[in-house]
Amino acid sequence: MNLLPEPLIFNVSSPGAQGCSLPESDVPPSPLPQDLTRKHLGLPEVDELTVVRHFTRLSQKNFSIDTNFYPLGSCTMKYNPKANEVAASHSGWKSLHPLIGDRYSQGALELVFRLQESLAEIGGFSAVSLQPAAGAHGELAGVLIIRDYLESIGQGQRKTMLIPDSAHGTNPASCTMAGFATRTVPSGNDGNIDIKALEAMLNDEVAGIMVTNPNTLGLFERNIAKIAKMIHDAGGLVYGDGANMNALTGVFKPGKSGIDVMHFNLHKTFSTPHGGGGPGSGMVAVVSKLADFLPGPVAVKQGKKFALAMPPASIGRMKAFYGNFGVLVRAYAYIRMLGRDGLRRVAENSVLNANYLRAKLERHYPLKYKKACMHEFVAMGNIAPGIRTLDIAKRLIDYGFHPPTIYFPLIVPEALMIEPTETESKAVLDAFVEAMLSIAQEAKTKPELLNAAPTTTPVGRLDEVAAARCPVLCYRP
Amino acid sequence: MPFIPNADSDRLEMLASIGVSKVEELFSDIPSAKRFPPLDLPKGISEFEMLSEIEALAAKNLGAKGKAWFMGAGAYNHFIPSIVPALASRGEFLTAYTPYQPEVSQGTLQAIFEYQSMAAALLGVDVVNASHYDVATALAEAILMAWKQNEDRPAVYFPSDLHPEYRGVVETYVSSFPIELRFYEGDPAALAIDERVACVVAGYPSFSGEVYSLGTCAEKTHAAGALLIVQADPHVCALLESPGAQGADIVVAEGQSLGNPMNFGGPYLGMMGASEKLMRKLPGRIVGEAKDREGRKGYVLTLTAREQHIRREKAVSNICSNQGLSRLCYDKAHFAAERIAQIPGYKIETRRFFKEFLVSTPIAAEAIFDRLLKKDIVPGFPLSRYDASKDNKLLCCVTELNSKEEIDALVKALAEVTP
Repeated sequence: MNLLPEPLIFNVSSPGAQGCSLPESDVPPSPLPQDLTRKHLGLPEVDELTVVRHFTRLSQKNFSIDTNFYPLGSCTMKYNPKANEVAASHSGWKSLHPLIGDRYSQGALELVFRLQESLAEIGGFSAVSLQPAAGAHGELAGVLIIRDYLESIGQGQRKTMLIPDSAHGTNPASCTMAGFATRTVPSGNDGNIDIKALEAMLNDEVAGIMVTNPNTLGLFERNIAKIAKMIHDAGGLVYGDGANMNALTGVFKPGKSGIDVMHFNLHKTFSTPHGGGGPGSGMVAVVSKLADFLPGPVAVKQGKKFALAMPPASIGRMKAFYGNFGVLVRAYAYIRMLGRDGLRRVAENSVLNANYLRAKLERHYPLKYKKACMHEFVAMGNIAPGIRTLDIAKRLIDYGFHPPTIYFPLIVPEALMIEPTETESKAVLDAFVEAMLSIAQEAKTKPELLNAAPTTTPVGRLDEVAAARCPVLCYRP
Repeated sequence: MPFIPNADSDRLEMLASIGVSKVEELFSDIPSAKRFPPLDLPKGISEFEMLSEIEALAAKNLGAKGKAWFMGAGAYNHFIPSIVPALASRGEFLTAYTPYQPEVSQGTLQAIFEYQSMAAALLGVDVVNASHYDVATALAEAILMAWKQNEDRPAVYFPSDLHPEYRGVVETYVSSFPIELRFYEGDPAALAIDERVACVVAGYPSFSGEVYSLGTCAEKTHAAGALLIVQADPHVCALLESPGAQGADIVVAEGQSLGNPMNFGGPYLGMMGASEKLMRKLPGRIVGEAKDREGRKGYVLTLTAREQHIRREKAVSNICSNQGLSRLCYDKAHFAAERIAQIPGYKIETRRFFKEFLVSTPIAAEAIFDRLLKKDIVPGFPLSRYDASKDNKLLCCVTELNSKEEIDALVKALAEVTP
């Protein structure tokens, strides 16, 4: 990790410096509109090597999958194969204009079509749209599909979506954007949805339920078939949040078990890079009765040719053009390399790795739900007086590990949500266990080490409260 | 097994530590009838075979490479300096996630802070977020944000001459709310704005390339208590006065042309900025300065009390661009337009433009497209692909990549198709 302070790019600006070369103009200059010509731009002027050093040094101030174990729960920080990057950066894709027309983009449309078919098969669904650009975007598409379907069958009065208390925060946010009110379904003592409580909430205003399976506690929703039947009998639909699909590829098909609509995060399960927060891809899959409502356009096969088509009752466009195509190429490459057996081994090994860590850590970091987990588990960090989960997370950094997700899900106090993924070796997991055990020891004997952590980073804990009170959001000369 | 490092012997040891004998036992919560269903997919293939397959698929498209390329319409063929992919593809940036742990994410955070600063300068706004999926989703969220300022005002003035796909996305996003889009033609300065209007949307330039001054529209919009949202081309903002300087309250822009390839439509970068009074209403992630206990300066995600979703962020943008690039596009586009205007049967419809302009053609633009393609010229975007009634309209775009030679070839070829 690069500990030296790196000045802002503005502070290394040198008037007249040039970072790139432009061809000489071979046409006469054209007069600019006098009333509208800009006089001052205010961008830094920097030579190429300075730019390279600047951003290379900045990159060295990051933890990343390429440099560190990154067990961020619910985010599936698995290795992003370099082959995916090569596949996606082919000049045939990069120079392909989105409006060139179906006739001239057959290769791209064939890839999109094949990926739609593969993902539908993996999830057990009838149809897929690759339009949404991220998980939350896919959620929004999914609930809009539910809204429009209910309206089409004369059930437009169903304006309440049920959401378990363990759900991701994006679930209710997506509902609000689709015009639904939300009600929270409590979890039972086993960490699964409380069936009795759910039963009491059903009525003819319920549009459906949003279920994450495995849920954010890393537990498989054992009653999923029963829950789906209850919702369907009450006239609603079941939305599946596919954030945790990494536990289920080749193991369980949600679309064959009562889930009507589901989004998958290609940037989690299907190994595309997270890019510091994006771009992702949140494709949405549906059962046959909802296929006409998918966001479009989608790729279709007509004889031997491929074309783009808008589903007849589509909720419309979610973004310009056809989804994050570059991300789709990576996911396609990954699925092709793994194939049917590889995908099942992904799920098996992600669950094996998570349970191995759980078994090694649970005596030192208590679990709220003491049972086998799926691809992740939630432990608690309040293991000694004066020690909080935040302290453990920050101390892990000093040991060279990215912390797990902390304080989520909300229903577990002092939560430490750990997802190792299948791409980590036993040796890495053992090193992580060793660090966690030594931190547990320090928590009792040298708590000041935890409270002061991290000390091996370019900056220590930052005062976020002060930052939000008087925000400085831009460089000011 | 690709990407799974553990050997069978490791797995056996791990199973023993867990206290089970087979990995299948870990899935016992899944109903047995539903467990391990067959997957009707092909077997996995090697990296080499996968790359060959990609090669074959990529060859079945018509890319801009080697063509005289004059098509824009929302995706622009600019040169990308080599250092942009070299830096943006560094694993330390690419394989990190949202900077939840700022101490080990200062690289991403400072890069975003610098992006915010440069984008704010370019668009002429006080604050920029990081960021949206593309300009269409940024525009849709800008409209929702403006409407939420005053939900008693249901109307949004929306230009008819705005990219039809952006309009489609906006229609999807507003469909859950009592928002009415009022479509208008021509100069936004001519609008009569009443107290039912929440905001006015203007293109800078419009879809057909028209550049309107925004100052009068901004004054009238503000006088009526509404907000002005401008959808801008970032390269226009380098050469002409920024939307923010002309009074826009919210500015959105497509960042694709700032060092991102056309890539069949994505991923792109939705830029969004606003004036300071809207700072706490801006959706998406924002990075701000902070200090640690020793007084060292660092960067954090801030204003997190605002509504949060997962947003696309593009840490490294092409900061090498400057006015020189925009000027080159401007000069070449005007040179091309003047030449095309001289061909009998052709007319330039756009009065004041930057790098893109609308041409009336003597025969159907789609037919011109087909004929010129045989000469390796992609002359522009036929508007009939969005609106069948506009079959004699061709939207032409000229960038720094178009040489005078290519422009000459385009003009010659257009002249030859005159009936």
